Amino acid sequence: MDSLRGLPPGHAGQPALDPVLLYRLMAKSRALEERLVKMTKSADGYFWIGGPGEEAFNVPLGLLIKKGRGPAFDFLHLHYRSSAILTAMGMPMIDAIRQMASRATDPFSGGRNFVGHFAVRDWNVVPVTSPIETQYAIAPGTALAQLRHGGDAITIVNGGDAGTAEGDFATCLNWVSRPGRELPCLVIVTNNHWGISTAFDEVHGDRLIARRAGGFGIRWDTVDGNDAFAASAKLAEVFDYVRRTRKPFCLEAYVSRLHGHSSSSGGARVEEPDCLALLEARLIRDGRLTAALATEIREAYAAEALAALEKVRGEPIPDPRTIHDHVYAG
Amino acid sequence: MATIAQALRMALHKGEAELGVTDIFGEDVGPPLGGVFTCTQGLKNTWNTPLDERGIIGTAMGLALAGQRVVAEIQFVDYIYNTIDLLKLAGNSCWSSMGQFPLPMVVMSPVGSGIHGSLYHSHSFDALATHLPGWKVVLPSTPSDVYGLMISAIKDPNPVLFLYPKALIRAPSKERLPGEPEDPKVLSKLIDAPLGEARKGWEPSWPAIEPFEIPIGVAKVLKPGQQLTVATYGRMAPICQAAAERLEGEGISAEVIDLRSLYPYDEAALIQSVKKTRRFIVVNEDTEVTNFGEHLLRKITEACFYDLEAPPRLLAGLNSPGIGLAWPLEEAQVPQERHVEAELRALAALSA
Ligand SMILES: Cc1ncc(C[n+]2csc(CCOP(=O)(O)OP(=O)(O)O)c2C)c(N)n1
Ligand SMILES: [Mg+2]
Repeated sequence: MDSLRGLPPGHAGQPALDPVLLYRLMAKSRALEERLVKMTKSADGYFWIGGPGEEAFNVPLGLLIKKGRGPAFDFLHLHYRSSAILTAMGMPMIDAIRQMASRATDPFSGGRNFVGHFAVRDWNVVPVTSPIETQYAIAPGTALAQLRHGGDAITIVNGGDAGTAEGDFATCLNWVSRPGRELPCLVIVTNNHWGISTAFDEVHGDRLIARRAGGFGIRWDTVDGNDAFAASAKLAEVFDYVRRTRKPFCLEAYVSRLHGHSSSSGGARVEEPDCLALLEARLIRDGRLTAALATEIREAYAAEALAALEKVRGEPIPDPRTIHDHVYAG
Repeated sequence: MATIAQALRMALHKGEAELGVTDIFGEDVGPPLGGVFTCTQGLKNTWNTPLDERGIIGTAMGLALAGQRVVAEIQFVDYIYNTIDLLKLAGNSCWSSMGQFPLPMVVMSPVGSGIHGSLYHSHSFDALATHLPGWKVVLPSTPSDVYGLMISAIKDPNPVLFLYPKALIRAPSKERLPGEPEDPKVLSKLIDAPLGEARKGWEPSWPAIEPFEIPIGVAKVLKPGQQLTVATYGRMAPICQAAAERLEGEGISAEVIDLRSLYPYDEAALIQSVKKTRRFIVVNEDTEVTNFGEHLLRKITEACFYDLEAPPRLLAGLNSPGIGLAWPLEEAQVPQERHVEAELRALAALSA
C-alpha cells in the first residue's frame, strides 16, 4: 500500500499560482466566514457551519476546477466546509450571506437549507447535504459519466476525517477502482482531527486515512493543508494525474478548524495554526506583500461582507406559498 | 401472455433502444445471469455491481446528476433499507436546490411475500416508500401494467421507485401486450435466454411492441361492483379480484380497484367509487401499523364520511417482525384469498 504513496513521475501540474492572488482569495473567504459566524450573534442567521481554516487547501483547489455544466466539466460533491472552493471559483460573497440569512434570494436553496449547502447547476456543484459521507457514494456516478463522455473532466469529492468511518467512504474507494473500470475521481479528506467533540485518535485505529485507498490499488498522499504553497503544488499534481490518467487518487489534507465545529459549539475562534496568518507572514518575509497592504486587503473584504449583509437584510424571505414548488420536476 | 419478467425485459429493451436508457445495473443484473428473476436478460446496457446497495443508489444518483438515464435494481426490497438516507436525498435534490437538480432515475425492486421467502425475501415497502416525498412510487400487478408503467417511469423527470410483486413475476397472464406474439412459446423462444452452453453468444430477438404506456397515478378497475370498494395493489390485486368474483355468485357486488401507483395515487377514482358503493376496504400485505392503507382510509373518511354506510376497513399483514418460513406461519401472517373473502362478506353485511 505504501508503494502507491505519491505520484508517478511526470505530473508537475500547472505553473505556480500568483501567491498574492492566493492570499487575496483566502482573505476574502475568511472575511466571508467571519461575517457568517457573526450573523449567528446578530440574529441575522440561525446556524453557522463553514470552513475557516481550510482556505490554504480549498482556494487552490477551487482555482483548478474546470468550471461548467455537464459531463465535459468537473463535478463537485462537497461537504459543508467548502466555501473557499466556491469563493475561488467566483461565487459572490453575498450569495453565501443570502443563504445564511435564509433569504428567498439565496441562489442555492432559496432559503431552504443551511449555510454552506451550495448547489450550482452551472458549475456542476451538486447539492451539499447534511448527512455525513453520502457524497462519497454518489461521486462514482458522475465520474463514470465523465469517463464515458471522454475529455479531461474529473469528479472531486471531499469530506472530513470522522466521516470516513461511514461505509460510504469504502463504497467510493471500491466503485472508483473496479479493475479495468477505474474512474477519474479525486477523493479528498480534510482531516482536522475532530468529529464535533470526538478526537480522531479516540475512535480510529488507523492513523493515515488516505492509505486505505492503497488497499484498492489507488494512489494516495497526504499534504499539510495549512501550507498554501505545499497544498497548491500537491493539488496541481494530483489534478493533473487524475485528468490525464482517468484514474482515482486519494488525498488527505491536514487542516485547522478555526471556529470549532459550528455555532452549536459557540463558533468562537480557537487556538490552532491559521493558514492565512502563516501565508501572510511568509509573503511579508519574502517581500511579496507589505503588512499595510495585507491589512488593507483584509479590511476591504470585511467591509464588502458587511455591506453585503446590509443589502441582504432588505431582501425578501421565502413565501410559505412556495413550499410545494420544485418538489417534482416537469 | 407475457410474464412480468418478460414484460419488464421488453420495456427495458425499449428503454435502451429508444428512450435513452444508458445503464441498467445492480447485483447480478448483467450477464451471465441477467437478474435473479431473469428480468434483465439479453439487454445491452446491463452491468453487475459490487454487492453494495448504497453504492448502487449513490451511483445511480451520480449518473442521473450527470445526465445519464438509469434503471438501478435492488435485488430484493428487503435489502433497500440501508439506503434510506440516499433515497431521502434523491427525493429532496430538486426541492433543496430550487429545481436546479432534478433526479430522473428509476429504482426497481421486487417486493412482497408468496414465494416461501421467510424473513428477508418477503418484505413490503409500501409504507416507507410513500414516506419519501419527491419520489413517485408504482407497484403494478400485471405484465401490461408493468410494461406501461416502466415506460412512464423511464420518461419521468423525477426519481421513480418501481416495485413489482415477486410472487407474480412468472405468473401466467391472460393479457397480451400490443404486438406480442400470440403463442407464449414463440415469445419465450425470442426473448428467454437458453440454459447452459447455448447461452453463450445468444441474442434475443425483440418483438415489436406497439407504443404503449400507462400514466403514473392512474388506477384500474379490475372488477366493477356496486356494494363495496376494494382498494388494493401488487400481489393482493389478483387475490382480491378472485375473491370478489366468487362473492358475486353470493350476490355480493364488490368493485376491485388496482391502484398501480402508490404515489401519486388515484384519489379521484377511489372517491368516485366509494361515493357509489358506500363501503371501503383496503387490502395489502404490508404490516398493519402505520400502513399506507391507513392513509387511504383517512383520505376516504374525510372525503366520503357522510356517504359511508359502514366503518372503512384495512386488511393487511400482521404486525410481526418478519414472515415465518413454515407455511402455516406465512399463511396466517399475510392475507390469503379466504381472509379477503371473509372480510368482504363481513363488510357487505355491515350497515350504519
Ligand atoms: C450521518 C450523519 N451522522 C451524524 C451527523 C451529525 N454530524 C454533523 S458533522 C459531524 C462530524 C463530522 O466530522 P468530520 O467528518 O471529521 O468533518 P468535520 O466537521 O470535522 O469537517 C457529525 C457527527 C450527520 N450530519 N450525519
Ligand atoms: Mg473532522
